Amino acid sequence: MKHDEKMRGEMKKKRTIALVLTILCLGSLLGRALAQGGGELRFCVRMEPKTFDPLKVEDEASASIRYLTGGVLVRVNRQTQDLEPALAQSWKVSKDGRQITFRLRSGISFSDGTPFSAGDVAYTIQQLMDPALHSPTGDAFRSGTGNVESKVISPTQISITFPAPVAGLDRLFDQVAILSERSPRKEAAVLGPFMLADYKPGATVLLKRNPNYWKSDEQGRKLPYLDSIRVDIQPNRDVEMLRFKRGELDLINSLDSEYFDKLEATSPQLVHDAGPSLDSEQLWFNQVAKAPIPVYKKNWFRSANFRKAISEAINREDLSRIVFHGHAQPAAGPFSPANRFWFNSKLKPQAYSPDTALKALQSDGFRLENGALKDKDGNAVVFSIITNAGSKTRERMAVLIQDDLQKIGIHVNVVTLDFPSLIERMTQSFDYEAIILGLTNVDLDPNGEMNVWLSSAENHQWNPQQKTPETSWEAEIDRLMRAQASSTDLKRRKEAFDRVQEIVVEEQPFIFLINKNALSAASTAVHGAASVILSPQTFWNAERLTVSTK
Amino acid sequence: MNLWRKLACVALAVVVCASLGANWLAPAGYEKQYREATDAPPSHAHWLGTDELGRDRLARVLYGTRISLLLAPAAALLSTLMAAFVGGLAGYLGGIWARLAMAVTDLCLSLPWLFLLITARAFLPLNVSPLISVLVTFLLLGLLGWSTAARVLCASAASLRSADFVRQARAAGVSGLRLFWIHVMPNLKPVLYAQFWISIPVFILSEANLGILGLGVAEPMPSWGSLLRELEGLVSVREEPWKFVPLVLLVVVVMSFQLLLSRQQEVPA
Repeated sequence: MKHDEKMRGEMKKKRTIALVLTILCLGSLLGRALAQGGGELRFCVRMEPKTFDPLKVEDEASASIRYLTGGVLVRVNRQTQDLEPALAQSWKVSKDGRQITFRLRSGISFSDGTPFSAGDVAYTIQQLMDPALHSPTGDAFRSGTGNVESKVISPTQISITFPAPVAGLDRLFDQVAILSERSPRKEAAVLGPFMLADYKPGATVLLKRNPNYWKSDEQGRKLPYLDSIRVDIQPNRDVEMLRFKRGELDLINSLDSEYFDKLEATSPQLVHDAGPSLDSEQLWFNQVAKAPIPVYKKNWFRSANFRKAISEAINREDLSRIVFHGHAQPAAGPFSPANRFWFNSKLKPQAYSPDTALKALQSDGFRLENGALKDKDGNAVVFSIITNAGSKTRERMAVLIQDDLQKIGIHVNVVTLDFPSLIERMTQSFDYEAIILGLTNVDLDPNGEMNVWLSSAENHQWNPQQKTPETSWEAEIDRLMRAQASSTDLKRRKEAFDRVQEIVVEEQPFIFLINKNALSAASTAVHGAASVILSPQTFWNAERLTVSTK
Repeated sequence: MNLWRKLACVALAVVVCASLGANWLAPAGYEKQYREATDAPPSHAHWLGTDELGRDRLARVLYGTRISLLLAPAAALLSTLMAAFVGGLAGYLGGIWARLAMAVTDLCLSLPWLFLLITARAFLPLNVSPLISVLVTFLLLGLLGWSTAARVLCASAASLRSADFVRQARAAGVSGLRLFWIHVMPNLKPVLYAQFWISIPVFILSEANLGILGLGVAEPMPSWGSLLRELEGLVSVREEPWKFVPLVLLVVVVMSFQLLLSRQQEVPA
């Protein structure tokens, strides 16, 4: 009995040892498997995301979260700028530009396991176009009066019909993250590569890998590679830079040229200049009829010759070289050459020629007296340029322009104002003479700028919300913009928008100064990073990035 | 006068003389841009290098010192006079006047002046020359900086109200503003001097703070505030030490004022 008990005891001991060894082996394998995961990507956004509802997105931080979590039917490849299939295998836009039909992939589930079907697309469109939701993404789809109709043809096929033609209709779906009709978690159930795991207001947004993400790589491995993404909310760029240098962050988007140069000096392998971005910086004069400024100044500002002379007297090469340390290009017109399709390649940046500018002004009755330019009534040409306080680059541009214009006898007062005061003067009181500000473009299609170029638009900054166009050239721009917006013929649209660009350069309502380069930084721990000019610059291919742990 | 005070006097004298002689000492105008030599290190042509727009830093430091050093005392004088009027008179009159004046003073002290200055700047006309913008900035600082000094002066004046010599004067038939002007005010002088000296570095730093916000002296005119903006984002002294010259100058001037002020504070009130 004792021997049996001893044997049993021995066996038990052996079994326990075997079990412990098995657990240890499994643990080791699991650990190795986890170690082989894509790691955690860390970067900053500069503002708190205002919403996690993909249909209500209007700020950059929320757009970044939507890009990483939202599943879309079609996706603009940020590198090639081409439209590629995503949840939709294929799509077709009708000849009249009013209808789009999608054929969807099958066997896809939301992050919570709810199956994806055409009903979800119909539900998303219904939510998107709901006037009560005030979806900024939905605004781009509004065309004419009437309802948008979605027709579910089969679980994998849907057609959406709009009341009037929508130009560039298919590309607009790049911004529409599909919601689940049936999931109780609604916008928390996602089809993108990552899903929201944790949110600490003012501090961090944590995204985890979506286990049900539909995409695989060429070797058949499930995407995304990354385990998680930690998005820190950090408005201070100095802190962001310091944390990147300390290895606490892996990426920096939209790097300032000054920081870029500093980082390049010590670690050139970390920084990347992707060339001109879509963003521009411009100067414009107040042409609002009711603006509280002297009549003679209004006459200067409303003269195309005056505006063109100012444009010629500005040394854009110096703006680019000195203010942006060479990480900007003199602007040729309203669209950056970075927008490969829509940019009018006939346009070239305005050459710097103070002598020609002075001659043009003199032919308009201006004259130089003791180094000061005076108009035909003897008024000295003096005006102020305002810009937002705290923007070093705009302040420096203003001071360089001040010096450039002094050479042709024009005296400029540079004034920096806090942003709310500047916006109040620009949009409410119109109590200003000239402004330097920038345009941030996220949309390649000119339709995204309808709110700038139409004379009735709020963002038609030099003279907004005109009841009828006050000049013939503005009427022509209105006509061309409407024509291109209602056409589905890409060639005709391009011709119309090329002409708009030419008119803008001829009339100079905005004196375009430079196009900033898209600058970014990526840690050497990030594998697969390929920075591009379109937003989101550094993590547009987040599903294929990996981060090695040190 | 001990050695430190002598040194402070010498330092201030050198700085003031150098700034007043900027027209002769500076190699170029403060606004002249050498666009081919931006952000250059010190050289024979530019002893302190150039700034990010290619302007000679030495010229900008000299002219900026002149502006900050001349206008800060002017703003200090204005605020001290206002404090003397409000605080001194309230302390002398006492009663409801003192309570009312102190309530207004407390209200002023509790207001967020930085934001008010930003707002005030936004309401000013845009087309003002840089020189006017300098005057307006320091005038605003002077007009808004009287409240702390007023509290001190009110307390001092209140203690004088019941002093023997004031009672004797009152008994001799002197009253009203004459009593205040002839007997009270002269005895407030040491406190007034002290407040004046204290205010100068405060206003220099306030203008520097406004300059950092881009709201102080307008371009291309330099001030210590606009010169200190160059230090934003600079993480190492060793990187470009010449950029720290305006900061060193500010520290030297403020410390010199403090040393001289400690001399003033020793004068019995």
